[in-house]
Amino acid sequence: MSEFILNIAGVNKRFGGLQALTEVGIRIGRGQIYGLIGPNGAGKTTFFNVITGLYQPDTGTFELDGKPYSPSAPHAVAKAGIARTFQNIRLFGEMTALENVMVGRHVRTRQGVFGAIFRHKAARAEEAAIRARAQELLDFVGIGQFGNRTARYLSYGDQRRLEIARALATEPKLLALDEPAAGMNATEKLALRELLVKIQRAGVTILLIEHDVKLMMGLCDRISVLEYGKLIAEGQPAEIQKNQAVIEAYLGGAH
Amino acid sequence: MALLTFDTAHKPRQSYASMAILLAAMLVFPFVASQFGNSWVRIIDMALLYIMLALGLNIVVGFAGLLDLGYIAFFAVGAYLTGLLASPQFAALLESVVNYSPAMGDALVALFGESIRAEGIHLSVWIVVPLAALVAALFGALLGAPTLKLRGDYLAIVTLGFGEIIRIFMNNLNDPINFTNGPQGINLIDPIRIFGVSLAGEAGSRATVFIGGFGMPSVNAYYFLFLLLCIVTIFMTSRLQHSRLGRAWVAIREDEIAAKAMGINTRNVKLLAFSMGASFGGVAGAMFAAFQGFVSPESFSLTESIAVLAMVVLGGIGHIPGVVMGGVLLAALPEVLRHVVEPAQQALFGKVVIEAEVLRQLLYGLAMVLIMLNRPAGLWPSPVREDRPLAATDKDEKEEDAAA
Amino acid sequence: METFIQQILNGLVLGSMYALVALGYTMVYGVLNLINFAHGDVLMIGAMVGLSILRMLDSSFPGLPGGVQLAIAIVGAIPVTMLVNVLIERIAYRRLRNAPRLAPLITAIGVSILLQTFVMAMPFWGRSPLPFPQLLSSDPIMVGGAVISQTQVLLLVLAALAMVALVFLVEKTKMGRAMRAVAENPRVAGLMGVDSNRVIVSTFAIGAALAAVAGVMWGANYASIQFAMGTVPGMKAFSAAVLGGIGNIYGAMIGGIVLGIIESLGAGYIGDLTGGFLGSHYQDIFAFVVLILVLTVRPSGIMGERVADRA
Repeated sequence: MSEFILNIAGVNKRFGGLQALTEVGIRIGRGQIYGLIGPNGAGKTTFFNVITGLYQPDTGTFELDGKPYSPSAPHAVAKAGIARTFQNIRLFGEMTALENVMVGRHVRTRQGVFGAIFRHKAARAEEAAIRARAQELLDFVGIGQFGNRTARYLSYGDQRRLEIARALATEPKLLALDEPAAGMNATEKLALRELLVKIQRAGVTILLIEHDVKLMMGLCDRISVLEYGKLIAEGQPAEIQKNQAVIEAYLGGAH
Repeated sequence: MALLTFDTAHKPRQSYASMAILLAAMLVFPFVASQFGNSWVRIIDMALLYIMLALGLNIVVGFAGLLDLGYIAFFAVGAYLTGLLASPQFAALLESVVNYSPAMGDALVALFGESIRAEGIHLSVWIVVPLAALVAALFGALLGAPTLKLRGDYLAIVTLGFGEIIRIFMNNLNDPINFTNGPQGINLIDPIRIFGVSLAGEAGSRATVFIGGFGMPSVNAYYFLFLLLCIVTIFMTSRLQHSRLGRAWVAIREDEIAAKAMGINTRNVKLLAFSMGASFGGVAGAMFAAFQGFVSPESFSLTESIAVLAMVVLGGIGHIPGVVMGGVLLAALPEVLRHVVEPAQQALFGKVVIEAEVLRQLLYGLAMVLIMLNRPAGLWPSPVREDRPLAATDKDEKEEDAAA
Repeated sequence: METFIQQILNGLVLGSMYALVALGYTMVYGVLNLINFAHGDVLMIGAMVGLSILRMLDSSFPGLPGGVQLAIAIVGAIPVTMLVNVLIERIAYRRLRNAPRLAPLITAIGVSILLQTFVMAMPFWGRSPLPFPQLLSSDPIMVGGAVISQTQVLLLVLAALAMVALVFLVEKTKMGRAMRAVAENPRVAGLMGVDSNRVIVSTFAIGAALAAVAGVMWGANYASIQFAMGTVPGMKAFSAAVLGGIGNIYGAMIGGIVLGIIESLGAGYIGDLTGGFLGSHYQDIFAFVVLILVLTVRPSGIMGERVADRA
């Protein structure tokens, strides 16, 4: 078993005249909660989009759990074992919460046209398993009672939880969260933190982008800092807090 | 509509009761209508075919959210394939092949037998229909493939283009090799023959079909066949809707990027939508060709594609009972109107001021505009399935926040 | 070689008509991100109104010179088509500005049908093809071994004038600047004091005027018009707009001409190219093939304009 769940190096990405990422890499240890911070426009979401296959990098090597993977197509990345959430929540609004999570099971299940039409024993069993697992995940993230609620009518905080449940349904090795705490108040952030620790204990490695520095310092095992598409620091939260370059770029001396 | 419901998941007893009532009515209908001549049943026969088309298109437009404006192409494929394989047309094709390349002509005769020179090919319905479904599905994938990366309105125009291209080919593929017989179309297509019984009736029986000792008009026989096919179509599309694949389609419709991020191979799933939708169109086309006995390019124009789309849109995009209702309304109503309005105009004004065809187009146009402006989800959309009513939702959330 | 010049000439004539209509599509798409599916039928209305005007002139003022009659027909058709297009925007599209993209498209299809139905139902128009009077002399004019008619020359001239006028409008006038601003960024344009509704209405009106010219000249060129005449040319003109770069006015002009020439050359040579398998009846296919190719290979078109959004 490889030491690192995610081992990425040398990512460059250019959009026309803008060099969005320059030689960015990341190494996330198994079972860690790894943070990615940086000022707005630093390239954090761009990096996310590259490693999950939404953008094609110009250069870079990509390894998941010791095996190289090609970030060429998002669905292949999900199949390999990276699941993500989005900065501006992307749920399937017209489906119920349960159905959203059931869609997350798609990549690990098989029934196709034949199973759909004939509903033979194996198909029925798989469908029941999908439904059961989805309900389990809803319970796990704390919104089990909203299974039948149409997703777009859930409260903001519950929608974020739902997105996480859906991502977990894909049985990821790495869960990549893009600003999961955005728009939350202090109580909700505490609950989110508890949930993330719970997920970590269940054996899933977590990579997250966040702006709430206090949350990150308390939660993450290690942190990388991006600025203008370049890595300016990497290490444990305590080191990052004292790093001069980081303070100048981002923390602004307020702490 | 409050009495009839088809929501088997949430109201099983009421749904099955509704279905039973409807089925009973549909089974009795032809016997009642026959008292007034054949035309009413014939109208419903065509309506049933349109309903099949609407249900097939519903997979593409309703489930997967892909606006296909060229759907009638698959209807054409099924119909023309039937025309080619169950009529004298193959003899004409053979003649043109022989003119073009005698060697190929001989090969075909060797393959199918000497009789095709004079009579053409007459494959049985059990071969032609599955073949029609298969070939149409193939075309579905073929025509869908270039559209996979396109956004909504571009996809619509490209599919429209394909529909037109197919029609132009059907209209012109008679030279040098006569596949489709050009603008004249293909005639003398075999009627459906099941277990030795021809649904057009035997010669000299005045289009009466005898099953056991029991006789019924040919249009009634086709009625029951088409009704059965419709029920099968409803069954299959409903099963597809409530399955892993159906969820994948809705996911793509709602948010394609999120769907990809969750591991759905959107390219394949979209192609499946096109193929499955097309296959129903193909089967309906085969039925149409056999029922009508002839096919010509006029029946497969853009107007027809739009008509089927109008049925889906009017009824309730994505909601199977709604789509069926839309099909009934837009397929049967114009014909009913024709029988009522034209004589009425004749009596009132002494002439027909507005022809039935114009009325039909008017209905379609109004349906699309009024529905999109006022009830975009259709006349009979999916029932809202909240476990708490919509209005209460905000209030309940405020209470939750207060209690937290 | 003479055939080649003839085909090019035919292509230019056809292309000019496509360009006029493509401009309407591209301008509306530029400001609203909407394909005005009914635009082809606005061309048809222009032709129908033009025909009615010509009929009236023929009965009330016989003996007027052909060119004058055509001019009056065009001038008379323009306000009608403008009114129709503006009404369509107001009634059918305005409410759906923020709806998912499919809704206005479906509505547009419905509007297209209604326009055709209206023409079908009018006793003075009806469903059958209507002969369009030949007002200009049909003596052919020789151009380097190829033949062109007076009507076709007039069409080329009118199209060129219309395009120049449009360029002037867009580049040099306040309204033109406003249109360009709304096309780039409606919200910011609004913040700068641009009334986007006014701009949108103007866009529809201008597009309709161009379509009226194209419609009347279509009738004059082909000597026959019918209620369904607008659909296919409309779609081809849209293909031309995409070919040139949707949202770009110069793109629409270039795309129109290029598509016209492709279609003309294609129809002329397709028999040779396919060994007799496909004949010139397949002419209509070219526009759609071009559309599919452009959207697959270079969606931003010749002028490299904005395109279907990225993933």
